[in-house]
Parts: sequence; structure tokens; C-alpha cells
Amino acid sequence: MLTLILILLPLVAGLVVLGLQGRVIKRVALLAALIELALAVYIFYAFRPDASSQFSLRYDWIGSLGISFSIGIDGISLLLVVLSTLLVPLIILSTFNHSYRNPSVFYALILAMQSALVGVFTAKDAFLFYLFFEAALIPVYFIAALWGGENRIRVTFKFFIYTFFGSIFMFLGLVYLYFQTPGGHTSDLAAFYALQLSAEQQNYLFWALFVAFAIKMPVFPFHTWQPDTYVESPTPATMLLAGIMLKMGTYGLIRIVLPIVPLGVERWGTTALVLSVIGIVYGSIIAIQQRDMKRLIAYSSFAHVGLMAAGILSQTLDGLQGSLIQMLTHGINVVGLFFIVDIIFSRTNSRELDRLGGITQNTPNLTVYFIILMLGSVALPLTNGFVGEFLLLRGVYEYNTWLGAVAGLTIILSAVYLLRMVQKSMFGVRTALTEHVTDLNLSEKLVLLPLAIMVFAIGLNPNAFLRLTEPAVAQLLQSMVK
Amino acid sequence: MLSIISLSLFGILNLFLGFLKSRRVLLPATLLFIALAFAANLLDWNHQYVYFRDMLRTNNLFINFSSIILLTTFLTVAISRSFGTDEEHTHPAEYYAIMLFSVVGALMMVGFENLIMLFIGLEILSVSLYVLTGSDKRSLRSNEAALKYFLMGSFATGIFLFGIALVYGATGSFNLSAIGSYVSGGPTTGISPLLYVGLLFILAGMLFKVSAAPFHFWTPDVYDGAPTLFTAFMSTVVKTAGFAALYRLLTVSFTGVYGLWWQVLTGVTVLTLLVGNITAVYQSSVKRMLAYSSVSHAGYLLIAVAAKTPQSPSAILFYSLAYSIATITGFAVLILVAEQKPIEGRPDERYEAFNGLAKRNPLLAFSLAVSMVSLAGIPLTAGFWGKFFVFSTAVDRGMTNMGMVLVVAVLMSVVGVYYYFRVIIASYLKTGDSEPIGIRPLYRFILVLTTALTIGLGLFPDVVRQLF
Repeated sequence: MLTLILILLPLVAGLVVLGLQGRVIKRVALLAALIELALAVYIFYAFRPDASSQFSLRYDWIGSLGISFSIGIDGISLLLVVLSTLLVPLIILSTFNHSYRNPSVFYALILAMQSALVGVFTAKDAFLFYLFFEAALIPVYFIAALWGGENRIRVTFKFFIYTFFGSIFMFLGLVYLYFQTPGGHTSDLAAFYALQLSAEQQNYLFWALFVAFAIKMPVFPFHTWQPDTYVESPTPATMLLAGIMLKMGTYGLIRIVLPIVPLGVERWGTTALVLSVIGIVYGSIIAIQQRDMKRLIAYSSFAHVGLMAAGILSQTLDGLQGSLIQMLTHGINVVGLFFIVDIIFSRTNSRELDRLGGITQNTPNLTVYFIILMLGSVALPLTNGFVGEFLLLRGVYEYNTWLGAVAGLTIILSAVYLLRMVQKSMFGVRTALTEHVTDLNLSEKLVLLPLAIMVFAIGLNPNAFLRLTEPAVAQLLQSMVK
Repeated sequence: MLSIISLSLFGILNLFLGFLKSRRVLLPATLLFIALAFAANLLDWNHQYVYFRDMLRTNNLFINFSSIILLTTFLTVAISRSFGTDEEHTHPAEYYAIMLFSVVGALMMVGFENLIMLFIGLEILSVSLYVLTGSDKRSLRSNEAALKYFLMGSFATGIFLFGIALVYGATGSFNLSAIGSYVSGGPTTGISPLLYVGLLFILAGMLFKVSAAPFHFWTPDVYDGAPTLFTAFMSTVVKTAGFAALYRLLTVSFTGVYGLWWQVLTGVTVLTLLVGNITAVYQSSVKRMLAYSSVSHAGYLLIAVAAKTPQSPSAILFYSLAYSIATITGFAVLILVAEQKPIEGRPDERYEAFNGLAKRNPLLAFSLAVSMVSLAGIPLTAGFWGKFFVFSTAVDRGMTNMGMVLVVAVLMSVVGVYYYFRVIIASYLKTGDSEPIGIRPLYRFILVLTTALTIGLGLFPDVVRQLF
């Protein structure tokens, strides 16, 4: 029942917000997101750390077809539920210094988005999963297309078509799987896991399913929609996309691809892994050359997610655990970084590295937070990024030494582009633009403080999260062996 | 059967109503007639009847299909607002009557048990449509469309009739079951080649009517030239009736030669999907886009026919229902938007006319967006489940047979998203006129109803599907 509330609460709150006017909109939206967070925190503590699916709920939805509204939370879901419920209130809070046109629609869409995301992460029925997967696309598309930058219409349209293209193949794959289930057919994911499919079937299915998630993440060479979309979208939409929505892809790999088509992964996993590793290096190299801060972070996100995908495809406990903790970490860091870029942009009206510099003198607080989040992304020991990257690289290394070595370049490369970004934007000589930059105000601090705390909390005590996901991951790997 | 009789009588009654001075009564009266026919239609639920010495057969499938046809007709008539006010439609009673008569033809096509009956139904429907297409008397394009439709339609009818004659020559009967037992019973002399040729001719005639490629060339011009109201009527009612007839004919009579017509249909399906979707992308007029979209939806429906599984009828039913509701909504909004700023006396049907619609009238923009999303087959709308059921039949038939078709269908539905979303983008993201658009209460009601139906069916498809 709690899971259902978790899905419905933002949706209902969104509908309420739609009918409101004036300043109260932001507050109601924030309040709803905070209640949602409180619920998630309760679930986090009430959760028994084993492989079972808890807080489950099941209704017959389309009884005649065996499609049910079946939701529940296991360790893997829990981590992502925590991530989305943690980030959404911060994203809403981060907009308090902005005033968007039609605020009621804006916040309603953010909340609707959250509802769909929680749905994706808790669905236990294949078609329900697909429905939420698609439903998450619509709000973020409209946020980006209505409040985005100059080229928003063209860019977001490309994004929409691209991701729809991917998911429709997944849909076909799921329909096919549905017809493989015995008897009157069911779309229960557990029944899909139990299927005995031939290697040939799995090879086709692997690509049908993988492409959907690869586009969502995105994995090289399916990434061309991403940088433009991130740059053209308003910052809250970028945060939603990079912070949470990207994880739908990695989550899908873990939840759908690995357990349903293990033989397909065996056959094609290396190919996909190579693509992911190419993405790491390629994304990093492009990031190094960027002048626009937002675009730089977009490419860094592309590079980071490549490593997560590689870890998952390595099918090792370390790789999967690392990618899970990295999903959480990356969500926190990337949202923080995008927010800092937004803060700088709101004061200087520029994101160009060449035109910025010398901000530190006026802004001690901003500098500290920026550096904390940057170090988290660079994966310095004791920060959150370190745990994930360490495990991920171990996982990939275990799978294939050479690939592990190439993927390891990420440590150096990410340090290069992120340090360069901080150095060029914050330090150095003041420019005309940065002369009158003011430090953080209260609401900005309120966003960055929890993020900075999380950077260290996960870095110092990763086990609080790892122990929750470990039984579920272990069980998943166990089931793949059969 | 009651529906066929009552509609014929109501049509005649409608003609007499035309003598009344007050035209106000016409629209409510016609709506009432259709509602009565709908109710009468339901009386036969769970009964099987055969009429006129095996000419017509009614069963639940018949009732389902005819309910969809009557529902779409009701919606179309309800949005026919300009009748009786402008000069061109000085005889609205006639047009209402012709619409009712054409529905009689459509119902016969759904319930036929004899090829002659199918032919009669098809002709009643077609001849009525020729007239309706040309009903915009002063418009050159309407006249051109009517003539074109008539000439090409007659040609197709001729081939169709020739096919019936050949099948009769081979089997000695017009009766569906008799033909069926000849085909599957395997006569000692082997199946006569005349039957194959006849079947192909019949298929060509039917595919022409449902505007499947390569028999679709009349569609864009006719749909574009006809008054938009009748375009909406044609692209929904004819399609539903045509597919009901096609499925019935092929499964009852020609199951024995499935191997033959399956190949023809999959070829036609792939072609229809490609032509319909890709050409739709290049249209600059929303009306023409919807015309090509109707071609593409014929392609999706053909998948379910070609798959021929026990689930096919319910897939066709659900798809027709979802498609009809969304299409009527789309055309209804188009009618209103296009007449706001006519260009040289003609309605402005370009994409640009939709710019800024969300500001001018949020309801119009929203219902348009929902209908386009449904046509594109995106989840939580009826159209998604339509695609789901149709694709399911194909997957059920097997990937070796239908895999190719499915891949094309999936790719083409991505293309579909492209052109459907252009309308949504125009109405929500672009700026245009800011002059508000007013809607009459009945129009508003219909739009709210169709939008609610589209979303409702998207959330709970089982409610309707249990009936199928």
C-alpha cells in the first residue's frame, strides 16, 4: 500500500497544484515532495535487507490478458526510489529563485514526472513497467519544450522521437515474451524470468530490449540526442533527465535485460560493453574540449553512465553493486553541478568558460560546494564517487582486463575536465561579467547542503546502501547462471 | 437487423423533415434516430439470427461492429454544425438522410452472409459517399474529388463484381459457408483456378475501399476535397465496415487458402504502412496528413486480418474504436480551427493554422493533443491498446511469418509520432493568433466525451474488451 501511495501522491499533488495560483504553488509542490521523501525514508528504514520484494501490491488490471497492476520494492528498487524522492524536492527548491511562466503547469509536470519515475522503479509487471517508462517521457518533454532555450522545439522533438524509437522495440520484445509465457499468458516479470528461451531467441531479444535502455542512458552511439537536450532544457528538466531519468536505462538493464535474456547477454554483452567503454573515453574527450559548462557536464554525464552500463554488463557482483551506488551518487553530483552552473548563469548570464573566472573572491560558500561536488564526481577517496567507481572498475576488470584498463582512464579524464571547469570558471582573473557575483542565498544553500552531506555520507558509509542492494543483486546473478 | 430496418425508415423520415420550415429540429432528430438505432441494435445481444434466406446474419460480432459504426456516425452528426446556416447546404435534410442510408450499407457489409449482400451493402455505402463528397457544390475541389472518387470507385466495384462472378463460377454459390466448405473441403478435381483469380479480384476491390496501398491513390485527393465533416465520416465508418467485411469474408469463406491471401495481405500491409506513414510526413496540410494517416491505419488493421488468430476480431474492433474516436476528434478540431481564418474563401488547413491553439482555446488544444497521442499509439490512450492488440495477434501468429511486418510496423509508428506531434507542437509550443475560439455547448460536450473515452479506454481497456 505504501508503494501505491508513493506513486499516487505526487500525481494527486500535481493535480492539486494545477488548480492553484500565485506563490503558494511552489510551496505546495515542495511540501508534497517532502512528504514523499519522508515516506521513502520510512520505507528505507523499515526495509528488511533481503532479496524479497516488500511493500508489494497487486491488482488485476486487465484480467482477461493476465496484465496486473503489480508493484513492490526490493533492494534495487529501493535505492532508486530513494534517489528520486530525494532529488525531486531539491529540484523543486532549486527553482525558488526563478519564476517560470504558467508555474502551476510547470510544477504539476515535475510532480507527474516523479510519479511515473517511482512507477518505473517499482513496477513488477512488464507492461506496467513499459507504461510508466513511456509516461515518464511526456512530462519531461513538455517541461523541456515549453520552458527551454531557443532551439527547444527542434531539439526536444529529436529527443522524443529518439527515445520513443527505442522503447517501441522494447515493447515489441515484451509482447513477444508475453506470448512465450505458458497457459493463458501473463506479463508478470517473475514469469518472464522463469522462461526458458533458446539462445537464438535471446539474441534478438537482447537487442530489442538493450536499444531502448541504451538510448535512454545513453550509450555510445545512441547519445546524439543527449547534449543538445540537456543544454536546451531548463535546468530543472536537465536535472530530472540527468539525475533520475537516465537511471531508468541502467535500471532497465538490471531489471529486464540481465535476468530475462542471460544467454543474449553472454553472446552480445562484450559488444555492448565495448560500446559503453567507448562512450566513457569518447564522452570524456569531448567534455575536455567544451567551453559551455552545461554542455561539459552533459558530456561528463554521458561518460559516467558508460561506466555504469559497463559495470552492469560485466555481470559481476562488484560491477552491479558499483553501478547501483554510482546511480545514486551520480544523481546527487550531477544535480548539484547543474544547479551550480545555473546559479553562475543566473548571476553572470553566461556559461562560457572563457568569459568567466575569478568568482571565488566574492563567493566562499559557492566555491566550497562547487569543489565538494566536483570532487565527488572526480571520485576522490572518501567522497561518494570513489565507492562506485572503484567497484565498477573492479567489476569491469574482472570481466576483461583490457576493457578494465581502458575504462580506468575515466579517473584521469574526469579529473581533467572537471578540474579544468572549476579552475576556469571560479579561479583566475575576474572578468567584467563576474565582478558583481553574489554568494549563495538561503534557498540555494538549502539545496546544496543536503547534496554535500550526501557526498560525504555515501563516501564514508557506503554500506548503508550496499547492504540493502546486495541480496537482490546476488540473487539476480544467481538466477542468471541457470 | 432492427438497426438496419429502423435506419432505413429514419432516413426516409429525415427527408420528410426537410419540408419543415424550421431546420433546427433536424440535427436533434437525426441524433435521436441514430441513438434509437443504436438501442435497437443492442436488443439482439446474445442472439443469433439469419435473415432473408441466408442473406444476413447477426451475432454479437455484428452488434459490436455496428455499434462502433453507429457511435462514430453519432459523433460525426453531432459535430455537423454548419449545416442549415450557410448557402451551400441548402438541403441539410438530404445530407443527413444520405448519411443514414450509407450507414445502412455499412451495416449490411458487417452482417452479410452472401456475396450479393456484400456487394449491395458496398454499393449503398459507396454511392452515398460519392454524393456526400461532392456536397460542397460550389467548390471545384469537392466536385473534382467526387468525380474522381466515383470513377475510380466504379472501376474498383467492377473488378470486385467480376471477382464475385468468378468465385461463383468456381463454387456455384454466393453463400459464404458454401464457398467455405468448397474451399476447405477440397473438391475431388482440386480447387478451380477461377477461385484464386476471383479471390484476388475481390481482395483488390475491398482493399480499394479501405484505401490500402497500392489502391490508395484516390484517398488523399478525395479526403482533401470533400467537406471535412464527410472526410471524418468516410475515414472512420468506411474503414470499420470495410475491415469487418474483409475479415468476415476471408475467415468464413477462404480459410482453406490462407496460404495464398496471407502472402498478398502481408505484402499490401508493408506497402500500406510505408506509403501511408512516409507520405504523411511530407504534407503541409493537416487534412491531407490525416488522410495519409488513415491509409497508414489501414495498414495496422491489415496486420490483424493477415495474422488471423482467434484474437483478431477483438483486435480489429478495439483498433477501429480507438481509431474512430481519435480521428473524429482530430477532424472536429480541424473543422473549427480551419474556418477561423479562411484563405481565399477556403478553410486554412495548414499546420500553421494550429499555431498557438493552446492559448486560443485550451480544450480544443487538449482534445487534439489526446487524439494525436492516441493515433500515435502512446501509452495511457486507447490507441496504445489498439496497437498492442494488433501487434499481439501478429506475435501470436509467429515471428517467422510476421516478423518482417512487425518490424516495419514498429518503425512506421515512430514515423507516425513525428507527424502527429507536429500538430501538438504547433498548438502548444508555437505562437500564433491570440483571438479566442468559441465553441458551442454540444461541440464542447462531444470533444469532452471523445477525449474522456480515449483516456478511459487507455486506462481500462478491459471494460470494452470484455464485450468483444
